[in-house]
Amino acid sequence: MIAIIHYGSGNIQAIGNIYHRLNVPFVIAARPEDLEKATKIILPGVGAFDQAIRELEKSGLREALNKHVLHNKKPLLGICVGMQLLANSSEEGVLKGLGWIDGSVRRFDHARFIQATHLPHMGWNDVEPGKDNPLFNDVGSGARYYFLHSYYFSCCRREDILATTDYGGTFASAVNSENIYGVQFHPEKSHQAGIQLLKKFSNL
Amino acid sequence: MLRPRVTPCLLVQNKGLVKTVNFSRPKYVGDPINAVKIFNEKEVDELVVFDIDATSKKCEPDYQMIQNLASECRMPFCYGGGVKTVEQVKKIIKLGVEKVAMSSAALENPALVSMIAEQVGSQSVVVVLDAKKNLKNGNYELWTHNGGKNTEKDPVQFAQELEARGAGEIILNSIDQDGVMKGYDLVLIDQVRQAITLPLTVLGGAGSLKHIEEVICKYGIIGVAAGSLFVFKGIYRAVLINYPSRFEKDMLLNNTYMLNERK
Repeated sequence: MIAIIHYGSGNIQAIGNIYHRLNVPFVIAARPEDLEKATKIILPGVGAFDQAIRELEKSGLREALNKHVLHNKKPLLGICVGMQLLANSSEEGVLKGLGWIDGSVRRFDHARFIQATHLPHMGWNDVEPGKDNPLFNDVGSGARYYFLHSYYFSCCRREDILATTDYGGTFASAVNSENIYGVQFHPEKSHQAGIQLLKKFSNL
Repeated sequence: MLRPRVTPCLLVQNKGLVKTVNFSRPKYVGDPINAVKIFNEKEVDELVVFDIDATSKKCEPDYQMIQNLASECRMPFCYGGGVKTVEQVKKIIKLGVEKVAMSSAALENPALVSMIAEQVGSQSVVVVLDAKKNLKNGNYELWTHNGGKNTEKDPVQFAQELEARGAGEIILNSIDQDGVMKGYDLVLIDQVRQAITLPLTVLGGAGSLKHIEEVICKYGIIGVAAGSLFVFKGIYRAVLINYPSRFEKDMLLNNTYMLNERK
């Protein structure tokens, strides 16, 4: 059973529809107790970093996530801002992140990304898997996913980078440490490539 | 490498899909949900749906229809039509829509763009600019209410203001080229592209993939949207939903900027 965290907005329904078609059982989790029966957890993205952290705390889900993900080691997949929440902090906000993957979230800026003149980074881009991993096995280097963001995850530890993408400079488009995964793109809006990724997560 | 987006743009009127010419003479082309299902299979880059009744009839967005469309879409979805307030935008995003487009509300009150961007993030805030050439002086002007009301605003200046106010994307639509299928208005696009760094999507005039290639060749990373091209086939404009394959899309870029990228 996959729990899709529901804390305000985001593409809960689109993720649910994909699992429905794949015949993978899922539950929309808005309360801490909804995570009890889950074997895996998806943390989707909402608008802004601080707002998302606040919603997680208000609903009691932050504490529940600590228990299920950090202590019980259930696999978790963060999507878009859901991935960014895994970091220690973000330039988008002032609140602390979950701090589960060592890094900070930074804005694309011209000093670091010479050609990234159009922000947000919007559209279909290549994702190059960097290390051997069940989420990206058999994917090869031709896979494209849909991106929509102005901030990116800057990893402190190279080994946490799962895949990279080029936008006038290379950034981590997927991260992983132990049972915790994050993808900057939207698998629920990336057609077959995205469906395959969500399927692989359900098979972890 | 980020790719230009090739985006079907669908118009909804009385719950059915229509296609207009110069913003008038709507022709019924089918059922919206059915179209989304076909575009899913064709793996389109994005999908834009405008409800062209909502603003002119002064009604609320049709939330049930939006939810039905959003949950069917396996691609990013942008909705526009009748959106006037921060609350409406938040409600629409909760239904699973990635981007919400505004037109008349943003033209009447540009401060609204900042307010919405603060609440939902710039990446979800799209402003549609419907431009028409003034034949007396050759200048472009922005129109609202399906081309029924001239705001006399200048597209370039207003696009710059939108960028400063935190919009995430501009869809630039040519009323003169709408449904004509003779190619995009490159003069209009030139003016706006040079004035802003925001993601820009152009709409109005595509009659063949060649027209799309022209735009990509000139501007590289840009959104290229079309209505008629993806719903009609042949000179008699028979309704047939179509979209280039991944290979055909790659060929649209192959000749031009992928080569530049490698240099």
